[in-house]
Amino acid sequence: MTRKGLLNEFKDMEKVLLKNIENPNSADINEYKKAGGYSSLPKALERQPKEIIEEVKKAGLRGRGGAGFPVAMKWTFASADPKFPKYLLCNADEGEPGTFKDRPILEKNPHLLIEGMAISGYALGAEYGYIYLRGEYPEAKNILNRAIKQANDNGFLGDNILGKGIKFHLAVHQGAGAYICGEETALIESLEGDKGQPRIKPPFPVNVGVFAKPTVVNNVETLSNIPYIIEIGGDAYSKIGTTDCPGPKLYCVSGHVEKPGVYELPMGTILRDIIYTHCGGIKGGKKLKAVIPGGATTPVLPPDKIDCPMDFVNMPKHGSMLGSGAVIVMDESVCLVKVCYRILKFLEHESCGKCTPCREGTGWLRNILGRVESGEGIEGDIDLMLSVSGNMMGKTFCPLGDGAASVVQNFIKHFRPEFEEHIKNAKCRFK
Amino acid sequence: MLNEAAIKELNEIRQKYPNARAALLPALYIAQREFGHLSPEAYEAVSEILGVPKAIARGVATFYVMYKHKPMGRNIVQLCTNVSCMILGAEKLVDFLKNKHGLEPGGTTSDGRFSMVIMECIGACGTAPAMLVNDDFYENLTEDNIVKILERYK
Repeated sequence: MTRKGLLNEFKDMEKVLLKNIENPNSADINEYKKAGGYSSLPKALERQPKEIIEEVKKAGLRGRGGAGFPVAMKWTFASADPKFPKYLLCNADEGEPGTFKDRPILEKNPHLLIEGMAISGYALGAEYGYIYLRGEYPEAKNILNRAIKQANDNGFLGDNILGKGIKFHLAVHQGAGAYICGEETALIESLEGDKGQPRIKPPFPVNVGVFAKPTVVNNVETLSNIPYIIEIGGDAYSKIGTTDCPGPKLYCVSGHVEKPGVYELPMGTILRDIIYTHCGGIKGGKKLKAVIPGGATTPVLPPDKIDCPMDFVNMPKHGSMLGSGAVIVMDESVCLVKVCYRILKFLEHESCGKCTPCREGTGWLRNILGRVESGEGIEGDIDLMLSVSGNMMGKTFCPLGDGAASVVQNFIKHFRPEFEEHIKNAKCRFK
Repeated sequence: MLNEAAIKELNEIRQKYPNARAALLPALYIAQREFGHLSPEAYEAVSEILGVPKAIARGVATFYVMYKHKPMGRNIVQLCTNVSCMILGAEKLVDFLKNKHGLEPGGTTSDGRFSMVIMECIGACGTAPAMLVNDDFYENLTEDNIVKILERYK
């Protein structure tokens, strides 16, 4: 297939998640309905909850927050637990640096998310839902609250949805600036009014979640796929994207590309095509130096390793992870020791402090990276960082500690000469 | 103590949750808005209305960066310096605001007009560098446009 052919194919792909967002009033319920919105909810309510879960299973939908866990499996566990009430939480705490994919849904297409949550709540037997929204999205908070009110007034939420006697109440819970609350058990702690410190698993949230009740936590993008799966059916949906990871995917691209932004493409789109075909290549025709493909804590890739399908199954085979689909592109002017330092500074700040290897390790790594970057590194610093990160790996409750260790290990793995040069020359040549 | 309207607002929010404790984060936001920052009086009010001990409320609040523990300026400039913003020049903007306009990260200008806070990723990476002034997003920042934007906030 020629590059041009590929382009046309993508141009013609129906937008599911970003549908209608060019319309300046897309967040209004009437505009959403005009564009075909709220037609899946009545269809879903005609069917048994189990059938909806079956449809999502056939679709092969995986969670879009980063882990890629099969959605239907999570739902089945929660649905099978006899405790009531059950809760459906939407994780709208997108805080992974480089990630801004959920923002267009929250701000421009809130009713898509609400319809997805109403259907999902029915499938799970959940009567209450919360959207855990990061504190840094004040505009989205107002838009969501307005949309929830409209949905209540129109009978799509509340005590008697569409007159069918089905109950689902939805509210926004605003976070207060803590990256760790994107981790589902920390999110639950925060929703309960506590510090956002992750819980040990098991028990899993599907059995003992928020308020000690069965709880499903799904990402904004995940839940926003549900109306479309009901509309076209799980079988048809499973034919979009790659076999193991079907569906459309939001890729958010930032850094040194000509056209940064959020792109809705089939899951499994090649990373090189995202950068060069969709985003117009490297800004100002400069040379590509490195790409972080899935948000700041996913392993960095050098330019010769970007011919990889961007999905949950294929990226690990190519030495990285899909993460949140947040592609950060860096050209030749960037100091990668500085970037690595900045990510560790962030993770040190965001470590919740519960597990010692993470709380102390992130600080140590930031400290060593800082001195290397500023030209004060000493011989052995690289090995010391590999030793510290090796001692963090696998020793923490949640993935933050592993992520920090993996960032350092992968920057060194692919760009070791740049670290060595900083130490040898006792300065950074990018300044 | 909180005024009547704020107490009413808080009691309405309280109804969204199965227990009072879960309303702690929104209650802290309301108290911060009413008192300017989380002062001892603010904790007193939250504690009394929700029945949550002050020590617990303080312990929770200090975990989250968006709760303020000292008086802030009339406008809060929240500039992102995380990776995507950094590689497109956010740190130069920090230096520029500090040297030319006296906005020190973590500090407040002597006239009380601005407080400056360095943010971790605010989700505007595709239009970096970016900042929030109070609740308003500003993107694709340069030395020229950032000064014009700040002019609007008195």
